[in-house]
Amino acid sequence: MVNFKVNGTDRSFDGDPDMPLLWYLRDEARLTGTRFGCGAGLCGACTVHLDGQAVRSCQTPMRTIQNRRVITIEGLSADGRHPVQRAWASLNVAQCGYCQVGQIMQAASLLQRTPNPSDQDIDRAMAGNICRCGTYQRIRAAIKMAAKEQA
Amino acid sequence: MSAIDNVSRRQFLGGAFTTGAFVLAARVLPESVWAQEAGFRTRAESAALSPSIYLGIQPDGTVFIVTHRSEMGTGIRTSLPMVAADELDADWSRVTIEQGIGDARYGDQNTDGSRSIRDFYEAFRRAGASARTMLVGAAAAQWNVPAAECVAQNHEIVHQGSGRRLGYGALVPAAARLAVPRPETLQFKPKTAWRLVGKETAIYDQSDIITGKAQFGMDVFREGMVYASIEHPPVLGGKVRGYDDKAALAVRGVKQTVPIDPFEPPYQFKPLGGVAVIADNTWAAFQGRKRLKIDWEDGAHASFESEAFKQQMLQTVRQPGQVARNVGNVDAEFTKGGKILEAVYYTPMAAHAAMEPPAALAEYRDGKVTVWAPTQNPQAVQDTVAAAVGVDKKDVTCHVTLLGGGFGRKSKPDYAAEAAVLSKKLGKPVKVVWTREDDIRFDYYHTTAAVYHKAAVDGRGRPTAWLQRSVFPPIAAMFDPKARHGLSIELDMGLSDLPFDVPNIRAENGAAEAHVRIGWFRAVANNYHAFAAHSFADEMAHAAGRDPLEFLLDLLGPGKVLDLKAQGVEYSNYGAPYDKYPIDTRRLRRVLEVAGERSGWGKRKSGNGWGLGIAAHRSFNTYVASVVEVEVDARGQLRIPRVDQIVDAGTIVNPDRVRAQLEGAAVMAAGLARTGEITAANGRIRQSNFNDFQVARMNDAPYQTNVHFVESDNPPTGVGEPGVPTVLASLGNAIFAATGKRVRELPLSRQKLI
Repeated sequence: MVNFKVNGTDRSFDGDPDMPLLWYLRDEARLTGTRFGCGAGLCGACTVHLDGQAVRSCQTPMRTIQNRRVITIEGLSADGRHPVQRAWASLNVAQCGYCQVGQIMQAASLLQRTPNPSDQDIDRAMAGNICRCGTYQRIRAAIKMAAKEQA
Repeated sequence: MSAIDNVSRRQFLGGAFTTGAFVLAARVLPESVWAQEAGFRTRAESAALSPSIYLGIQPDGTVFIVTHRSEMGTGIRTSLPMVAADELDADWSRVTIEQGIGDARYGDQNTDGSRSIRDFYEAFRRAGASARTMLVGAAAAQWNVPAAECVAQNHEIVHQGSGRRLGYGALVPAAARLAVPRPETLQFKPKTAWRLVGKETAIYDQSDIITGKAQFGMDVFREGMVYASIEHPPVLGGKVRGYDDKAALAVRGVKQTVPIDPFEPPYQFKPLGGVAVIADNTWAAFQGRKRLKIDWEDGAHASFESEAFKQQMLQTVRQPGQVARNVGNVDAEFTKGGKILEAVYYTPMAAHAAMEPPAALAEYRDGKVTVWAPTQNPQAVQDTVAAAVGVDKKDVTCHVTLLGGGFGRKSKPDYAAEAAVLSKKLGKPVKVVWTREDDIRFDYYHTTAAVYHKAAVDGRGRPTAWLQRSVFPPIAAMFDPKARHGLSIELDMGLSDLPFDVPNIRAENGAAEAHVRIGWFRAVANNYHAFAAHSFADEMAHAAGRDPLEFLLDLLGPGKVLDLKAQGVEYSNYGAPYDKYPIDTRRLRRVLEVAGERSGWGKRKSGNGWGLGIAAHRSFNTYVASVVEVEVDARGQLRIPRVDQIVDAGTIVNPDRVRAQLEGAAVMAAGLARTGEITAANGRIRQSNFNDFQVARMNDAPYQTNVHFVESDNPPTGVGEPGVPTVLASLGNAIFAATGKRVRELPLSRQKLI
């Protein structure tokens, strides 16, 4: 039995310990905001925060999250008004929207560690998150906007 | 020869599409042609006042607007309702948008071909104007004044003389008793009174998207459902000889395995066959699949080698092909002994790789099927599912979720048919989830192409004769396995509609066989035709020592409406009437001129690893010019600091979304050009995921794309696709300007730029 917290709530899991956190969140907890994009840690669509760090939930087996804290998009803010979410809204970043949850979780984690990121910092942190619609320039602008607002 | 070939090609077009599934060039059906029992009514249709299947108003003033086109990132779910709401003069905050199910009453629903706005702008205007007219009529009757004295103003009808006003909701009961006005009596708002059309408007789903609440096909859940993952034949048309599922069944959570019937040509959108693993969660289904032992019978396509196929196409493209357009006599000009230029261009296969892999949920019950799918074409879901499980189309209900990208892939509902077949066999709701590897290996690929260009040029380097010939496995092969040539819809994308003012032109198409499924991909045949033609135009400019922009304007001449019909070309024009949407080379000139003004063209000398490239192309009735800026360092590393996209798409509905489409197109084109390549060995696709089919990432995408509009009162056209082809060509042209290295093959990752 694995015990952990998701968005502040105590949870437990006694299924296949090799199951990635992604599929627990999506199929068991029905928190479908965390997306499946590649299953191989290559696209970032499944990004969540584990003890405050951005991780790829498709590469995070359930057996590794004992006593750890998971934050998903559903728990990033109570009202969708995290500074990163607000910046995403004001710049109309999303096109299809599928990858944007992963982008937002990755960007929120970047800004926590690097409050005023340079272009290089942004490239380094965000290069693992694919957007096939090609919203990258707005993502970059939104990260800078959120950084300014947080400052 | 040309006339005969044209006729046979077009007869074939008719024959190939009798399934009604592939309607890239189809005309729009009129509203309300035949009623369909779907057992599902939208709130718009059920509303107290419902003058249109697209729009209804409730007595509380809520306006319901249906979008029957699919939302895959273009913003169409917001833009079409904006058109109706503006004409109604509705308060946008009181509009609720609903997604239409698959229903022929809406007319065409295949959300491809960049035509949702073009084809439905008027219908949505009429929906809004009808409701407004009825509300005005009701208010005028209540006040006993002429209707002409009453105007609509932000969700109220106002009597101009007395200033009396009544809200839309209060007028609904009386308005609903009035006759729906005849379309020809409707009066539309003048452009000066538009409040939504032409204004930057946030997409309706934005808040749901950024909070994770948005529902994609992958997210659908039904009580009692099971999850399925399917091992498909690795070679197209392969069959299961036998399989051992003991190890699969031992996986915790796996319930059973189910073979799916092998599929027979024509491929269409039928399930691929194989073995499904059924489990109580997605992960277990994936794990079970890995433990299946399947004995495959590969079939004829096992001999497909993409490298050998490429060499064969490069030979075919140098041989005469079927003539698609013939003006003057290029051969006579070629033998005059003047200067000749020729070049062959090659582009590989590519995968759509939308971020959401194909997924669908189907529930078969008592001879009826309900499907929830991220589909660009819910009516094709109805057709395909009906054929796959043996029910009537009317017994298939298709709910359209948001799509995590589409790009043409999700017009083909093979994955929805798989879910339906499995649900019928299992008697419970089944959700089919494709892995990324499935998506890359079993796509309807953007076809590979070889394109040959030859020109005779005069003393100023201007062509006096221009021959272009393309060879590619055609989309038609999905509907007729014997098809070897492009259909008019493919040839009319940059081959038969070369817009330049040249006295002798011939366009030809050579034969090629499809060994994998071929399908339309964002901008379709324009990508390889425009890449080749506009690279070749640039080669001609440089061969003459002329500035490429000046040369292109000279090539276009003073500008005119092309009369392709007079040249024997039955131009399909993306399914649009030619008189309303002609090829007007003055508009091509204009986007080029604006490109020159806005991009800094000619301000800095190209060379030493820095350069600008330019190209202009009309596709999907829209005119686009692109200027790409590149830097190539001493190691041959490419950077794209800036792209300028100049677009003339007629009337613009939501400028912010048009900008977004053109920004995204630049990114997708850059990725395609750099690394977009699918190859095959032994009939098997060699790529599998984003490690070996690489797409643009933030660090290698164009850093900044600026989008400029050419102001226009022309009817609106589409913007989803036309931003891609010009970027492919202008990127190659920029690399030449920077390095002197001419790009004739993609992807760039296979060659050295220095």
